Amino acid sequence: MTLAETHPEPALRGYLRADGRKGIRNTVVVAYLVECAHHVAREIAWPFRDADVHLIGFPGCFPNAYAQRMMEALCTHPNVGAVLLLSLGCESFDKYGLAHAVRQSGRPVETIVIQATGGTRRSIAEGQAWIETQRAALDAAETVPMAVSELIVGTVCGGSDGTSGITGNPAAGRAFDMLIEDGAACIFEETGELIGCEHIMASRAITPDLAGILEQSVAKAARYYATLGYGSFAPGNADGGLSTIEEKSMGAYAKSGSSPISGLLKPADRPPRGGLYLLDVVPDGEVRFGFPNINDTAEIAELIACGSHAVLFVTGRGSVVGSAISPVVKICANPETYRRMADDMDVDAGRILEGLASLDDVGREIRDLVLSLAQGARTKSEELGHREFALTYKSFEPIGPACLPAA
Amino acid sequence: MADPDDLDPRLIRLDPRDNVAVVRQRLEAGLPVRVAGRVTTPARDIPLGHKVACRPIQAGEKVLKYGAPIGSAVAAIAPGDHVHVHNMKSDYTATHTLDEARARHGGSAA
Repeated sequence: MTLAETHPEPALRGYLRADGRKGIRNTVVVAYLVECAHHVAREIAWPFRDADVHLIGFPGCFPNAYAQRMMEALCTHPNVGAVLLLSLGCESFDKYGLAHAVRQSGRPVETIVIQATGGTRRSIAEGQAWIETQRAALDAAETVPMAVSELIVGTVCGGSDGTSGITGNPAAGRAFDMLIEDGAACIFEETGELIGCEHIMASRAITPDLAGILEQSVAKAARYYATLGYGSFAPGNADGGLSTIEEKSMGAYAKSGSSPISGLLKPADRPPRGGLYLLDVVPDGEVRFGFPNINDTAEIAELIACGSHAVLFVTGRGSVVGSAISPVVKICANPETYRRMADDMDVDAGRILEGLASLDDVGREIRDLVLSLAQGARTKSEELGHREFALTYKSFEPIGPACLPAA
Repeated sequence: MADPDDLDPRLIRLDPRDNVAVVRQRLEAGLPVRVAGRVTTPARDIPLGHKVACRPIQAGEKVLKYGAPIGSAVAAIAPGDHVHVHNMKSDYTATHTLDEARARHGGSAA
């Protein structure tokens, strides 16, 4: 058998952006810059909900460097083709800086200031007219060939139970190993759900300095959650048989697969090349603004801000969420949940528990599914219209050079 | 000593160091389960994904799954017993459940 027969190069297609990155979607993003502009933005986007127009936004009226950086990264994400910003007019968000960043990226951008435009009705009409023009231009865009090595894939788990760590998470890890072998960048996360695994994880770092940084990131998470009084653990996790955060962590850690760890990223940092990266989602400094991520959706948004074209979401209890901007692949770890919620699930990893498939079988299925998303396929959550998005206040120090030794 | 690998096929031990096994098919209340060569009968259903002891575990001893500690026993646990938040605890942050609220206001668990 030739190499090509065992491992054919899949024909992926992407939308080429001015910075050289390629997207697997060509989405119009409608972004509100304060909660007061949320309704108008939603009304603008709603009639286009089946036409790749997604709503994102930041609710706060106070400035926040993290939120600014997140919004810039999301609005210039390779899956995004055009951006409409909705400002009330008096909020603190730097709409000028954001519009400038989008313009610099070569994308069409328009800012509607509701107070200046003359209120709700006029802003909605103006926004919808702009989207119609943009949508028509984007729909006519040509795609170009794309390599697996140009893909960035994130992974998150949510609604975990006692099956997640045995089936769905290690299968996602196998998919990561296969994608990384072909040159892709893969990002795993939730340092608060790696508590107890820090030493095993650190032993996989490509440099001793990075090993120390990985351990420190988990120690920071443990401190942060201890101050808040709750671990990254929901009552449903316990209903599903998980007894402690360490147990949940051991299962979550399996998502990372077995590749060496090439670096640590913070939200909106991009992997400099292929390989495996840990996303540190816990804020730096003293505890401020509350929980690191208020829900799974906020974590998905951070993985996407790091450039993820798609996100693998492993669930045992049964999460239904998708996301704005990048498709979410739903991997169901629990065979009972899969039977109950098959309409929402892309992959039935519970087969592993029933002896019907191996970890490698399901890992390969996940890998193939990710590649199919760059060949026109859509996920269940995309088909169902799930476009969840959450962004709140956080604060981070920039990463240092030791975080990305291979850069 | 009883062989911890002598297990009902509805259970799986993930690592030879483990003192718990994972339920891969729901154990029903009142029906026998073979654990470490002895037969026990759970008083309540033990759902998929939950754990049962496959070795005797002393109070204060580490509970081992995936070959790694996942917390400590807070009571003596016999082979075949359900191992969960009622008899073990985290060595990091306490586990938050809705068990109390559920008991107070009704509703059923998984």
